[in-house]
Amino acid sequence: MRTIKYLLEKEFKQIFRDKIIFGVIFIVPVFQLSILPFAANFELKNISIGIVDEDHFEYSQQLTEKILSSGYFHLKDVSSSYEEGMKAIESNTTDILIEIPNHFERDLGKEGKAEILIAANAVNGTKGGLGSAYISSIIQSFNEELGYSEPLAEGIVTTNLFNPHLDYKHYMVPGIMVFLLTIIGGFLAALNIVSEKEKGTIEQINVSPVPKSAFLLAKLIPFWVISLLLLTISMFIAWLLYGLIPVGSFWIIYVFAFVYLIAFTGFGLLISAVSSTQQQAMFSAFFFIIIFALMSGLFTPINSMPDWAQTITLFNPVRYFVEVMRMIYLKGSTFSDIAGQFGVICLFAVVFNTLAVVGYRKSS
Amino acid sequence: MNNVSIQHINKQYGEVIALKDITIEIKPGELFGLIGPDGAGKTTLFRILTTLILADSGTATVCGLDVVQGMKEIRKRVGYMPGRFSMYQDLTVEENLNFFATVFNTTVEENYDLIKDIYVQIEPFKKRRAGKLSGGMKQKLALCCALIHKPDILFLDEPTTGVDPVSRVEFWDMLDKLKAQGITIMVSTPYMDEASRCDWIALMKDGQCLTINTPDQIRKSFDKKLYAVRSENMYQLLQGLRQYPGTYSCYTFGDSNHLALKKGWEDISKVKDYLKEKGYTDVTIEPIEATIEDCFMNLGKEDQ
Repeated sequence: MRTIKYLLEKEFKQIFRDKIIFGVIFIVPVFQLSILPFAANFELKNISIGIVDEDHFEYSQQLTEKILSSGYFHLKDVSSSYEEGMKAIESNTTDILIEIPNHFERDLGKEGKAEILIAANAVNGTKGGLGSAYISSIIQSFNEELGYSEPLAEGIVTTNLFNPHLDYKHYMVPGIMVFLLTIIGGFLAALNIVSEKEKGTIEQINVSPVPKSAFLLAKLIPFWVISLLLLTISMFIAWLLYGLIPVGSFWIIYVFAFVYLIAFTGFGLLISAVSSTQQQAMFSAFFFIIIFALMSGLFTPINSMPDWAQTITLFNPVRYFVEVMRMIYLKGSTFSDIAGQFGVICLFAVVFNTLAVVGYRKSS
Repeated sequence: MNNVSIQHINKQYGEVIALKDITIEIKPGELFGLIGPDGAGKTTLFRILTTLILADSGTATVCGLDVVQGMKEIRKRVGYMPGRFSMYQDLTVEENLNFFATVFNTTVEENYDLIKDIYVQIEPFKKRRAGKLSGGMKQKLALCCALIHKPDILFLDEPTTGVDPVSRVEFWDMLDKLKAQGITIMVSTPYMDEASRCDWIALMKDGQCLTINTPDQIRKSFDKKLYAVRSENMYQLLQGLRQYPGTYSCYTFGDSNHLALKKGWEDISKVKDYLKEKGYTDVTIEPIEATIEDCFMNLGKEDQ
């Protein structure tokens, strides 16, 4: 116990003395939480459209105005022919081309139907897909206004549960907190251990009677403490900037976060066991962090991934914590709701730490 | 039992043979030197003795304890100073010392007598971070930290490498004092001139022990006539001497060429004639006693 206490004292001294690392540890949450939720916004705005209006009558004017007034689109190009309009798409001036053919108004008046062509640049699939979907729905409502399409008898009423205003930030913030713990808890701890290897200081510890377990534990505890402190700061910032307060209980968040940290520092230990330089550790950590982040559902919904990718996400601890944070923050889930994820994270903690211990046994 | 016994130790890293059948006995209270150039296997041997790595074959005991079975006990009883400065650079001198004392379950006060002479020299800088110390100060701090738990045996891996000549002499003086306190010391160095400060030395090259003896005995065992030859143009002289048929070996040592002659060619006047013939003027030749370095070169040549 006395050894651990002294080792811890040394670790904290070293962390506090490294001005850069110490600064970054506390700047990261502030920046991530104040910038990322705005930047990582998947609502599409500012889609550039080009219009080829061959009809030039009242309806085509009205339709154009209706599309532009939706707020999603910018009119960037008005061409006289389809070919010219396509050129604007090719030169990236516009994302979507809408062609209103000649006799649009006449056909609509006479036959009750007319055709409109929508061509979208699908290089950016999301922009193309969502953009043309937006336009279709605008045209649909345009139709209804003019009385050409029969409105549904009952009408559809949509209610957005748990995030009534569909605020993307509310969805992102809890996920970003997870990411924060992952970086600090997992990777900083790994780098810290590897730096002792690199500098050779671990040799001095190895020839002393200090058990390896005590040495490693003293390495991890500071990062557990710092991570939980950061989580607290993050929750405060989330409240300050976005007025977000978890609907569920703080207690569950902390318990889950702690087990998650044990799992992730175990993962960090594993990396530190197989690397002998900080460069190696950094690079392998980076490789995993990108995969973990992109396959966690933090940015893109897991449901829209192909089946095989969805299977891979099952082996990604970040996925579970992101899920749980959103459930607790937005839905107010209770412990029994997240018991499944909790079990999986416990399993991860056991597996990672066991592998790390085996890795360290082999290397010594 | 502060002795070290190494029996037929072998260690290989992939294709590279780091240690080949090393057998060394170090008696209690002895100052034992491992002398050899970089890559001779000195550090590998230290790492085996300090239980950091395992030998491929052979056995070794430290303080009468086997380096594999007695690992835990050995770690309490030896002090190790690696070749690379491995104190915590972001902790101060004082903090490093306190930290290593605690790691070995002791306190600085308890064994202050042992380190006092060394520590007083770095005490004025005790609030300074270890990384900001000069080379010689770093060595002193590292030695203090290796001594703080009053080890029975001290392993010092190239403690004087990269240290200025004055500090090197001081360092060896400190080792003499420690030896006087009964601590067995095993020290490695690439500097042949430091060999004479040891009680016993092992000359090492390419993972092998060329010889183990006292420095005096090793010098006496040099079995050829040796001369120091000087002239204005040393390099040309070296080339000329090497072409002489009676030359066994000739190497440059500082300001002179050390010439060893073959058996049956010992007549030095013939060398003088040969040099005159070749057009070397102002050549001075004087007989000398072999240094450890001469012996090392000689043994290395025989080995090939």
